[in-house]
Amino acid sequence: MDTTHHPHDVDYGTPASVSEKLVTLEIDGFEVTVPEGTSLMRAAVEAGTQIPKLCATDSLEPFGSCRLCLVEIEGRRGFPASCTTPAEAGMKVRTQSPKLADLRRGVMELYISDHPLDCLTCSANGDCELQDMAGTVGLRDVRYGYEGLNHLKDQADTSNPYFTYDPSKCIVCNRCVRACEETQGTFALTISGRGFESRVSAGESQAFMDSECVSCGACVDACPTATLMEKTVIEAGQPDHSVLTTCAYCGVGCGFKADMKGSEVVRMTPWKDGKANEGHACIKGRFAWGYTTHKDRILKPMIRSKITDPWQEVSWETAIGHAASEFRRIQNKFGVDSIGGITSSRCTNEETYLVQKLVRASFGNNNVDTCARVCHSPTGYGLGQTYGTSAGTQTFKSIEKADVILVIGANPTDAHPVFGSRMKKRLREGARLIIVDPRKIELVSAPHIKADYHLQLRPGTNVAIVNALAHVIVTEGLLDQQFIDERCDKEAFNYWRDFVASDNNSPEALESMTGVPAHLVREAARLYATAGNGAIYYGLGVTEHSQGSTAVIGIANLAMATGNIGREGVGVNPLRGQNNVQGSCDMGSFPHEYPGYRHVSDDATRTLFEKDWGVSLRKEPGLRIPNMFEAAMDGTFKGLYCQGEDIVQSDPNTQHVIAAMEAMECIVVQDLFLNETAKYAHVFLPGSSFLEKDGTFTNAERRISRVRKVMAPKAGLADWEATVALSNALGYPMHYKDPSEIMAEIARLTPTFSGVTYEKLDQLGSVQWPCNDAMPEGTPLMHIDHFVRGKGRFLITQYVPTHEKVTPKFPLLLTTGRILSQYNVGAQTRRTENVQFHEEDRLDIHPQDAAERGIQEDDWVGITSRAGETVLRARVTERMQPGVVYTTFHFPESGANVITTDNSDWATNCPEYKVTAVQVVKVKHTSEWQENFHEFNETQLRLLKEKVVTTEAAGTR
Amino acid sequence: MNVENLIKMANDIGTFFEAMPNREQATRDVATHIRKFWEPRMQKSLIAYLGTHGDETLKPIVRDALREIHPA
Repeated sequence: MDTTHHPHDVDYGTPASVSEKLVTLEIDGFEVTVPEGTSLMRAAVEAGTQIPKLCATDSLEPFGSCRLCLVEIEGRRGFPASCTTPAEAGMKVRTQSPKLADLRRGVMELYISDHPLDCLTCSANGDCELQDMAGTVGLRDVRYGYEGLNHLKDQADTSNPYFTYDPSKCIVCNRCVRACEETQGTFALTISGRGFESRVSAGESQAFMDSECVSCGACVDACPTATLMEKTVIEAGQPDHSVLTTCAYCGVGCGFKADMKGSEVVRMTPWKDGKANEGHACIKGRFAWGYTTHKDRILKPMIRSKITDPWQEVSWETAIGHAASEFRRIQNKFGVDSIGGITSSRCTNEETYLVQKLVRASFGNNNVDTCARVCHSPTGYGLGQTYGTSAGTQTFKSIEKADVILVIGANPTDAHPVFGSRMKKRLREGARLIIVDPRKIELVSAPHIKADYHLQLRPGTNVAIVNALAHVIVTEGLLDQQFIDERCDKEAFNYWRDFVASDNNSPEALESMTGVPAHLVREAARLYATAGNGAIYYGLGVTEHSQGSTAVIGIANLAMATGNIGREGVGVNPLRGQNNVQGSCDMGSFPHEYPGYRHVSDDATRTLFEKDWGVSLRKEPGLRIPNMFEAAMDGTFKGLYCQGEDIVQSDPNTQHVIAAMEAMECIVVQDLFLNETAKYAHVFLPGSSFLEKDGTFTNAERRISRVRKVMAPKAGLADWEATVALSNALGYPMHYKDPSEIMAEIARLTPTFSGVTYEKLDQLGSVQWPCNDAMPEGTPLMHIDHFVRGKGRFLITQYVPTHEKVTPKFPLLLTTGRILSQYNVGAQTRRTENVQFHEEDRLDIHPQDAAERGIQEDDWVGITSRAGETVLRARVTERMQPGVVYTTFHFPESGANVITTDNSDWATNCPEYKVTAVQVVKVKHTSEWQENFHEFNETQLRLLKEKVVTTEAAGTR
Repeated sequence: MNVENLIKMANDIGTFFEAMPNREQATRDVATHIRKFWEPRMQKSLIAYLGTHGDETLKPIVRDALREIHPA
């Protein structure tokens, strides 16, 4: 595969047919064999011929409106449209004839008579299908003139920050409208008016920004002219080359073409052949990459003795030397276990691998953890215990075969938007839908989608609901006994069956706790168990609880009990939050296990790594992130290397985290920006964006995809190079010249990665692990014939109410989450135009709770929990249920995590972000914490501004 | 380490496993869980607490598991 592309890909005109039956026909005298159902247009491309077209593109179903793609078929009258005519065996098709040429010229003549002739100065010049078709059909004259009624003076809509809509250039091909419907599933666009008046319209003739448009850009991609055009292309011109890479936002891991002009990105175009996204994208991946060149980026290393000192810009050598010296000083004084590291799910596999290696081999302990601790660590534990490995079981494509979809604690249309669109497409095709969520998320009711059941449970009762669903399946005879007998541990199943069958687990018994009417639970359970292929998708609404691991186990039980494992259309699918959550876990970022989920106490594995790394390794688990904070408060943990994470903003109980930060003597932060954690740091190492380095990300499907460098690291070193330098300075030499050498080491030491090479990724585009001798091209579906652990293991999942209880003082439950346009702590998306879509975190509250407190829309409200207090503006919405409030955590000044507590999952210490008892009252001032935050923030920004530039730093890049 | 937090964490582990039908196995599972996931200073802090403060705040299954990890 050529990984450096010309910006224009082949457009086959219509989607590929999936039929296994082949038909052979003749096109322009050449024989071609295609799957039955293939359009003549696509068959012609297969035969090497491009039939002229305008309204057709291969990401959309054929529409047959432009009348350019007409062909002649021997033995048939007329001129059928090739996009809507399926190929048949024995057909003889002509794509060119004098009559066809005449017809096509006539069509083009009409189009061009109402189109500006500003091709030389048009932003689509060089990438305009209308221009191409005018050339293709040989249009030489427009007999109608240009003085008649036309749209040439229609005004452009520039309201969207990322693209313009210029109706004067619209040919009403409908591609944008169909892309919004078919690809994105938002239905925000329509054609308003009739005949000559027909124009594309966002919403009800609204500006794009005022409409329901979610700025996914599918319409821009589909537009054949300059009607819908990226503003970056309007400003910079057409790209000269493209490089295939992988999105650095959510766990969908979309493949992209970085369309480049030299070393500058002009636009990001979703890769048609990317298996995670199949040519689709969202507002973040497609448009929100401006942070990579934002003025806030820090491009030189800095050090300081105390966090009250101004920063001092230094050379890489000095910064790395200082960090290494401080880490060794601390270890000499406080012991070898007094320092640790945190890897990031925003960094590549190679980078996270190196950080955990540095901690284990160079720091000499196992104090390494990753941000998956605070999101999907319960997935690792739960799926590991039941199935034998920590990973989703399916491909994203598998959803096309699902008959009933059970979404638990996930909001894919906001947090995993491209997969959300794939899910919506399947739902529009008729798959049934069960939502288990405290909030009315978009999927509950969206255009052409309505959930069959919305089990609107109280936060913290997932396990009760899962048990109740299981109870119905067991007691109503809905088990897949054959699957259980063949594939699962019999004794464990019997224990579990007896447990869930008890009356305590009936929907009726649990109704008072969950708040969900028992009959709905019963009906939903019957639907999941009997509607055919049942696929479960879950997110942080499952894991971020005190019983997060128990809930994951319960979900795994449900799938085994109904035989919904081991084939397409079924499975258990954790929707990972960040781009490389799966990868950072795979790479041994957890303190108790090496790459490939092998425990540090396993002698054989440890010996393998000891031999390869040439050091003696510890067999006891290290500290997890919350434990690091506890140890810091205890005075036994004094130094931290934090790569690409912002624990001060993202981890719960902010004041506790800050106290831990202040108790440490050397915090080294490696990041693009002076994030909240960096404000407590003593060494700042400038990070490199995903555009500036080579490596791989692994998405929620276990899909390993290449990240490719399209520009030099702006600070001089890619992140992996900085880690290598730190290790070398610490006296443990690392000699990698290229990330491919790191992947070679990973493959050498990790059985599930043994077949992974950069060459293979270049050749195949991506692979899903396990990728080894048995599965050299990867493993799309897990557990087909047997579970990774052998027999599937049912486990009892007793529901235990959280310690976090509502009281008269804290009568509401707060749950937190994400929104489409912002990403995690917002460090990236807040530095893009996405702030126009979400400029502050709000508190969502039900009208009833608001009325009881005299709260109205936009009022400032104080939210107080046992951990702290913050103030946000209210949004009164019926998406909430009474008694439950919600906010996002994308802005540091919001202090969402000032309120969340350090209550955590029993097995993994994953914080219980989703359940915090709070009171909400109307207020007039920001909270004391926010006042302190603003003061501290101002001080830190001043200390950055007043940084001392040393001579040696001035002389370096 | 903050022993109150450790007690809470240990009891939560105990709560999960005490629902299992085989008490002996469940106790071993609690011990295994703590051994596999708790850094030594956490284990030591809780065991030290058990030795000096008695064991009323710890669930019986946790006490038994800790004694399996570190026999008195």
